[in-house]
Amino acid sequence: MKYFKLLLSLTVTLGLVYFLNTKMGVAPAFGKFLNPFAGFWQNAENVNGWKDEEANLAGLKEEVKVYFDERLVPHVFAKNDEDLYYMQGYITAKYRLWQMEIQTANAAGRISEIVGEKALDVDRMQRRIGMGYGAEAAQEYISKDAESKKLIDAYCKGVNAYINTLAPKNYPIEYKLLDYKPEEWTPIKVALLLKNMANMLSVFEFDIENSNFIAKYGKDEFRKLYPDFIKDEDPIVPIGTKFEVKSEKLKGNTTSDIGHQTSDLYSTVIQKPDEITGSNNWAVSGSKTKSGKPILCNDPHLKLSLPSIWYEMHLVSPNMNVYGATLPGSPAVVIGFNDSISWGVTNGGRDVRDWYTIKFKDASRNEYEYNGQWLKAEKKIEKYMVRGKGEVDDTVIYTKFGPVVFDENFGTADSKKNLSMRWTAHLPSNEFKTFYQLNTGKNYNDYINALKTYTCPAQNFVFASRSGDIAIVEQGLFPIRDKATEQGKYLSDGTTDNDEWKTFIPSEGNPTSKNPERGFVSSANQHPTDSTYPYYYSGVGVYENYRNRRINKLLTEGKNIDADFMKKMQSDNFNVHASEAVPVLLSLLDKKSLSKEEQNIADSIGKWDFYNNANEIAPVYFEIWWNELRALLWDEMSNPTIPMKQPSFYVTVQLLKNDSASVFYDNLSTKVKETRNELVLQSFLRVKDTLTAKSFTEVGEPEGTDEKFTNKDSKPHDWGSYKATKVEHLARLDAFSSLNVYNGGNRGIINATNNSSGPSWRMIVDEGAMKAFTVYPGGQSGNPGSKFYDNGVKPWSKAEYFEANFVANGDELGTKKLFTSTYKPK
Amino acid sequence: MKNFFLSLLLTAAASCILQLFLPWWTTVLAAFAVAYYIKQNSLAAFLSAFVAVFLLWVVYAYLLSSANENILAIKVAELLKQLTKGSVTTIYLLTGLIGGLVSGFGALTGTLAAKLK
Repeated sequence: MKYFKLLLSLTVTLGLVYFLNTKMGVAPAFGKFLNPFAGFWQNAENVNGWKDEEANLAGLKEEVKVYFDERLVPHVFAKNDEDLYYMQGYITAKYRLWQMEIQTANAAGRISEIVGEKALDVDRMQRRIGMGYGAEAAQEYISKDAESKKLIDAYCKGVNAYINTLAPKNYPIEYKLLDYKPEEWTPIKVALLLKNMANMLSVFEFDIENSNFIAKYGKDEFRKLYPDFIKDEDPIVPIGTKFEVKSEKLKGNTTSDIGHQTSDLYSTVIQKPDEITGSNNWAVSGSKTKSGKPILCNDPHLKLSLPSIWYEMHLVSPNMNVYGATLPGSPAVVIGFNDSISWGVTNGGRDVRDWYTIKFKDASRNEYEYNGQWLKAEKKIEKYMVRGKGEVDDTVIYTKFGPVVFDENFGTADSKKNLSMRWTAHLPSNEFKTFYQLNTGKNYNDYINALKTYTCPAQNFVFASRSGDIAIVEQGLFPIRDKATEQGKYLSDGTTDNDEWKTFIPSEGNPTSKNPERGFVSSANQHPTDSTYPYYYSGVGVYENYRNRRINKLLTEGKNIDADFMKKMQSDNFNVHASEAVPVLLSLLDKKSLSKEEQNIADSIGKWDFYNNANEIAPVYFEIWWNELRALLWDEMSNPTIPMKQPSFYVTVQLLKNDSASVFYDNLSTKVKETRNELVLQSFLRVKDTLTAKSFTEVGEPEGTDEKFTNKDSKPHDWGSYKATKVEHLARLDAFSSLNVYNGGNRGIINATNNSSGPSWRMIVDEGAMKAFTVYPGGQSGNPGSKFYDNGVKPWSKAEYFEANFVANGDELGTKKLFTSTYKPK
Repeated sequence: MKNFFLSLLLTAAASCILQLFLPWWTTVLAAFAVAYYIKQNSLAAFLSAFVAVFLLWVVYAYLLSSANENILAIKVAELLKQLTKGSVTTIYLLTGLIGGLVSGFGALTGTLAAKLK
């Protein structure tokens, strides 16, 4: 009996320990996670625990001082570039390690190692589009540049020096929740992160969607709904600018008109965001500013996340003095300014991916047809170490046209066709060098030189210098495409070299505007050029033309511009799209049949001044109406088994305005044939129903005591509470996210904040006052237990800014200094 | 009664020292050892270790979290809201309960082992 009791007690004890030390499903290992010695409580950092620190670090050459200011922005002062990047790596890891690792794991298709089988398809997609393949090509290319290699190596050393200081109790909380540990940081991870960015910003191709559309509705309808250029375009390079390109550089391919277009329909595509939010940047010359020197502004719109995609830093060495937004995991400042120049980026939106149909000789898929010959395909076995399951293998076949992404093993059940994807991010490139040269740049020539090595994704680099120049270049490496066949706009033929990429547009041929007469340069994801640009590019589906027109209007009218003018402008909520759509919709709405309540809604929209301000109700009505109308009108494109692109908002408004009998007005799910007016009325009637059905968020403006924010019935509140912007934690944990952020804006508006994406970084650099203002929806610390985790969200939502402490030394920070870290060589 | 408090103090001290350097579950070893050497009945052994480590964990967690103004505890309570209904107090109780329970069973095992002597 004694033995039995002992055995029972021992079993219970060991069982409990095992149970509490093991992660079960999504729940953490409770013993590990909740104990205060090593669990999450250790991440509850002291809100006032800031004190000076000193450490000796192996690999440093000389002493480095890091001054943290009142927002925890590090000001790193090093005596050489290697130490500077070493420290950038060390400090970034200190505050953002989990984010760096999870983003790289995502890029490398390794999430299933952490969360198990549910992420396997996401991982397979990443590897099948060749993220690792591209990163390896980049890494190999970068290694040939001694200086780049040296600096990237120094950065990695710094990250690893920090990782090596960590005991399990110091791991960021996400490691504890998910029960895994950090691993060594390597140069390939830097490359992977840049590819991750490229991947996010390369989704602007619709080859398969376009081919599907033509197979179903023919080319005439395609031309109507997907024009390459539109009437109201206001391109990045001002209309009328002469392009000087020598003709011999223009030779592309010549084949017949879309000859390979088949009647086949394709069921699998890479998922793309519904309507992109985009990004803005602009620079005005001294002729339009109060100070007589340029002002540069940038707000890149991305999915809003915590920890934020950006980490703010000030990096100083004898060779540079640069400040701005860095990408955690990658050295140098990506968007920022130094003592001579400033720069920013928006997405170029150019099509940088082409899809090819591959014809294999037989089921073994060892050889594929190319110009009448059989070429040997390369097979790469991807191994996934799936948590809780073990190794899973997947074979990816590589052809001249890139990896075969979709085939019998991947994609929807009926996608038995082999589709290869060629992507400029697969080409050898050194994006780091671009940023390094910008960080150390002094003038326009340095800027142009810096851009030359920049390949993918296509970015509009805006530029301003203290000496007075402004410029913008759409930079990227783009294949020269044949205009006659609209090469790359549709699914391409992989059995010949007709649609193969042969030559590339030289860097100097990229759309460029320097010191234009109008006194400003700008971009907001619109067309880079007018139709006189000598190189062909597809204009389908990507380019937005609302923000650009608003920006250019405000800058054209602006005089004596200063930073305050720019602050107002970056949070401008005027909805150009609504201003064009509402008159059309109201003119088509049959008001006679409306109830009193519906009549009120229509009146409210009619009286609206088209500002999507947070406290207005009309934007809510319009948003619902517009979305319902699109759903009814473009129901033809909602069948997930035949992916097609919904025409742009601009085209949709034009169609409704000018075409009284489009075939698309008919709703496929009804027996009757709908008219334009019926669609407009039906969608309008859904506004009231949607509002009745949807319970609004009760949070609203956190400080608001206003009745309308606290009433809990289902009456409509306002645009800010309806939109309820979410800044989401990277592991999609609501508890670590900022929910219901109250602000205005929407897609197509300069303040392009919708419910999940928006300005991820706002920056204004006043070259005259030598001042810069920044804000981003997050905080410097990646630790949800830090007061610096999300302290930027609220100021950001209110369009407030922080002045950057662009100090010459640590003492200049004065009372703004939180603490100083001194690092010495070991 | 004297042995109860002695066990409680020794268990808390030993558990604390072990956990500073070793994984959390070494608290079981502390509880086992104390119960093995200090004679108590099974219930008292269990309770002294339970209370000792319950308090140790809760007090330490409280010290850490109060300096943090509960920023993280509030978020974790929200994260585990199926268990906690969003209450920070519940997170403290859950923390103490886990430490107490494994240590209590460790002590029980220790007492039962001592009875074989």
